[in-house]
Amino acid sequence: MDITFEQVDYTYQANSPFEHKALKDLSFHLPGGSFTAIVGHTGSGKSTLLQHLNGLVRPTSGSVRIGGHTLEPNKKPKQAKELRKQVGIVFQYPEHQLFEETVEKDIAFGPRNFGVPEKEIHKRVEESAEAVGLDLSLLSRSPFELSGGQMRRVAIAGVLAVRPRVLVLDEPTAGLDPRGQREIMDMFHRLHKEQELTTILVTHSMEDALTYADHMLVLDKGEKYMEGPPVEVFQQRQALQKVQLDVPEIFQFLQKVSERFGKTVVYEGEDIDRLAKQLADLAGERE
Amino acid sequence: MNNLLIIGQYVPTNSIVHRMDPRIKMLIIFFYVIFIFFANNVFSYALFTVFAIGGTLLTKVPWRFIAKGLTPVWFLIVFTFILHLFVTKEGTVLVNIFGLPIYSGALEQGAVISLRFFLLILLTSLLTLTTTPIEITDGVESLLGPLRRFKFPVHELALMMSISLRFIPTLLQETEKISNAQASRGVDFRTGPFRERVRAVIPLLVPLFVSAFKRAEELAMAMEARGYRGGEGRTKLRELRVMKRDVAALILFIVVVAAALITRDYS
Repeated sequence: MDITFEQVDYTYQANSPFEHKALKDLSFHLPGGSFTAIVGHTGSGKSTLLQHLNGLVRPTSGSVRIGGHTLEPNKKPKQAKELRKQVGIVFQYPEHQLFEETVEKDIAFGPRNFGVPEKEIHKRVEESAEAVGLDLSLLSRSPFELSGGQMRRVAIAGVLAVRPRVLVLDEPTAGLDPRGQREIMDMFHRLHKEQELTTILVTHSMEDALTYADHMLVLDKGEKYMEGPPVEVFQQRQALQKVQLDVPEIFQFLQKVSERFGKTVVYEGEDIDRLAKQLADLAGERE
Repeated sequence: MNNLLIIGQYVPTNSIVHRMDPRIKMLIIFFYVIFIFFANNVFSYALFTVFAIGGTLLTKVPWRFIAKGLTPVWFLIVFTFILHLFVTKEGTVLVNIFGLPIYSGALEQGAVISLRFFLLILLTSLLTLTTTPIEITDGVESLLGPLRRFKFPVHELALMMSISLRFIPTLLQETEKISNAQASRGVDFRTGPFRERVRAVIPLLVPLFVSAFKRAEELAMAMEARGYRGGEGRTKLRELRVMKRDVAALILFIVVVAAALITRDYS
């Protein structure tokens, strides 16, 4: 599903001393099937942007189009539930939303709310449990007995079981150990490819943005600061530093190499072996 | 989340009222609430009204914000007025509305009671508008201090109060987060039959309780780690001190009360 923001403004507590403009004149277009990373310093409006994606909030002015749904100020969307069925959001620390007696019931909660037939639900629960790497023997346990990492997986499975067309991830790996982080991100990437999802990832990890995303949106104080493919955005190190963002290690490394050898090496997303060869050639030249 | 109700919200404008000693503010409000019931003529009411309105002006909190925050209370005030209009039967009949006589005494009493109600709400909401929760608890602890002699757990009470006040915004935020998450999973909190809506509260309450208990445990642990031992021998970073402005406010208040008591009708 295509996602289009047109001159979106969003203001919290308008007309009070606490008035706060979270989004300002934000416009962008994400084609269906794309994997977009949204980065920005704390308070740049990322979370507010996410809440627009399934109609939890409506823009104060401007419009948001998600597939066939349109969100406009002062107009209640007609098929809010249908929109929420198609846009699955994995919120920050999603394990905080678990509440059922068993893991199985909790994963089934979403599909049941959206009217998936009972026969189908069981199948979906097992499918999504497998997708997130949960052992099926855990399904009958209470979610509160599990470890933090397992709880996270249960919560993610609960979102996947609805089978959304758009998957929105708000720092899905925050607080996990490095291996768990990679497993979860790889899993999302696989699902994105297999089910042709439109994926939006909010992250503080520039490495993840580079590895998984094909498009990138940099926000600063509620405004669009930069947009483009990650390899291009990360070339502009100085501009990113202005908004307190780093570039991935590989870019930092190549910049040091460039300084040392007096010759620019540009990273364009090639794999490590090719890059190593390029560097070896460079070193060879010098000798 | 809830921007209708301002009672309990602090608006930092650093006015002279903000900088006053919280104990003095609380004392003034406490006695204001008592003495306003002694007013019984135009002049004594005018004194109390001027005092409350003047205080509000001094806080520099925008009027529109206060008026908006009092919206839920307006209803009560208007309701009280109308109730008195029809129930009280004193004085002369002014008009007949649908056969119901409206007495002059009713109009008077309705107005007086609504005014009293309005002034009470206005002045008490000034306390939280201009005083941080920490200052309020410090003030309460200090004012209740003498009770310590009777083994009354003053410090513990103040601590409980400050912790609960501190966690109100946190819990509100948490509620909003969880309700967003569950709404995204298809829960409908706003429409549907009543029974369904009550059931929709369970996925909200369970995670809220779980996180509240976890938070309480973490807080207890963090307090212990920092060597918290209760109120015994504990000193404060911000000592409360009565300044000239506090004395001036107190004197002004006493003058207002005295003038009101002198001018009220004793007949």
